[in-house]
Amino acid sequence: MPKLVVISAGLSQPSSTRLLADQLAAETDRLLPSEIHTVELRDVAGDITNNLLTGYPSPKLRAEIEAVTAADALIAVTPVFSASYSGLFKSFFDVLDVGVLTDKPVLMGATGGSARHSLALEYALRPLFAYLRARVVPTAVFAASEDWGAGGGNGGLASRITRAAGELAELLGSRPERSAPVEELIPFEQQLAALRAPQR
Amino acid sequence: MQFGIFTVGDLTADPLTGRPQTERERIKGTVAIALKAEEIGLDVFATGEHHNPPFVPSSPTTLLGYIAAQTERIILSTSTTLITTNDPVKIAEDFATLQQLADGRVDLMLGRGNTGPVYPWFGQDIRQGIPLAIENYALLHQLWRETNVNWQGRFRTPLQGFTAVPRPLDGVPPFVWHGSIRSPEIAEQAAYYGDGFFANHIFWPKEHFQKLIELYRTRYAHYGHGTPEQAVVGLGGQIFMRPRSQDAIREFRPYFDNSPVYRGGPSLEETMEQTPISVGSPQEIIEKTLSFRETFGDYQRQLFLMDSGGLPVKTVLEQLDILGEEVLPVLRKEFAARRADNVPAGPVHPAAAAAH
Repeated sequence: MPKLVVISAGLSQPSSTRLLADQLAAETDRLLPSEIHTVELRDVAGDITNNLLTGYPSPKLRAEIEAVTAADALIAVTPVFSASYSGLFKSFFDVLDVGVLTDKPVLMGATGGSARHSLALEYALRPLFAYLRARVVPTAVFAASEDWGAGGGNGGLASRITRAAGELAELLGSRPERSAPVEELIPFEQQLAALRAPQR
Repeated sequence: MQFGIFTVGDLTADPLTGRPQTERERIKGTVAIALKAEEIGLDVFATGEHHNPPFVPSSPTTLLGYIAAQTERIILSTSTTLITTNDPVKIAEDFATLQQLADGRVDLMLGRGNTGPVYPWFGQDIRQGIPLAIENYALLHQLWRETNVNWQGRFRTPLQGFTAVPRPLDGVPPFVWHGSIRSPEIAEQAAYYGDGFFANHIFWPKEHFQKLIELYRTRYAHYGHGTPEQAVVGLGGQIFMRPRSQDAIREFRPYFDNSPVYRGGPSLEETMEQTPISVGSPQEIIEKTLSFRETFGDYQRQLFLMDSGGLPVKTVLEQLDILGEEVLPVLRKEFAARRADNVPAGPVHPAAAAAH
């Protein structure tokens, strides 16, 4: 069963960001049964700041980072603050080790008060995940306040969730089983020889 | 097992007075601390090397030479010597001179320990940190063992028929420790040469270092220097003591909160749980230090950081008295009792010269 990790940067309780994250996860799980683990960034917010300052995670944050590292796919959802992802959301990705997201399928989502914020997904989140070399599915899901009302059910939000989850399930299902990355040791003679090779 | 202190030489303002020491006070204070270290029976005094404020020790061999003249027994070392930006020729000469003057009581720890801006001041580029560490040490290693060296590399001007003088005392170069926080390349380098590996250890959780030390031990054996257990490992630590635990915590907290490293991060209590920093009664210091052996296996050198964060020299000297009277004798006894038979003692010049 693939390991699906859901990252929610919602701050309030209940949170529409968490609600969207849960719906994306449930739909993905329906299409491709998965082992789901949800990371509420609010619960490790102080730990993330401490990690930025000290360079190492607390045991609690380390467990979440290890879950993300071991995940076969991610669903990442943030509220839109000041025209972009929240600082907490970005800070979490800042404390991951280099290369953790390389080649990992990612479904991204965002929430905001108005649909006019929806492009934050395309000009802020997509470049972030492109930089991290993740495989982001084409459909990103934005939920504005109005989506949770009467119009959201048919055709609106629900269909976007289904389409995006379908893309993630398809990408995930078509991938061979991931094996744990092997840390490569470069023998010393080789390190030394590399220095002696003629330079262009 | 060797015990000692290592300093970074930070000029941090004392949070209780708001006033930093002058450079002269800090440098002279460091000498007083080193002399005290010998007086209480420590084996090693080590100084850092930095080239930017708020640090003072940019010239370790000058400082150590001055201390060597006033001591008789203590080993003088560094924490660290910058193998990336220093000229390996100058390191070979400076430390051989110090070794001659100090009758062999000298070793050194190599590190990359530089921030980005420091490299260009010395004509280097931080992105070349690992290759610089590898090439420069390969040359240093050769200069201490061979005369009339012909050498050509990527980073330094070539040498033709060059002999570094003075030669190492008794033909035996100072023992070298390689310090690293994250880089397996450096653990591999230490293993290749059969040199020591020093895991700074302070400021970070043990998991960072368990993997590196294990890699070093395995590769040390791979290169035929001995069993993994015989590899030469050093660890850092940071301590503050008072007879009663709560007094130690209360007195040290302002210095912890004021430290350039810890400021604004997790609390003293959380940091103690996760890193080697140990603040409490002498008994608590003893227990925590002994736990390092459980985590990393038998090791040869334990260095404590005791003068950081703006602590007054007077307090540091008091701390050293407590260390010498109440902690050191117990640690020596307990580590000796636990040590496996085939594990070598810490490196000293007379033993190396005898084996030469």
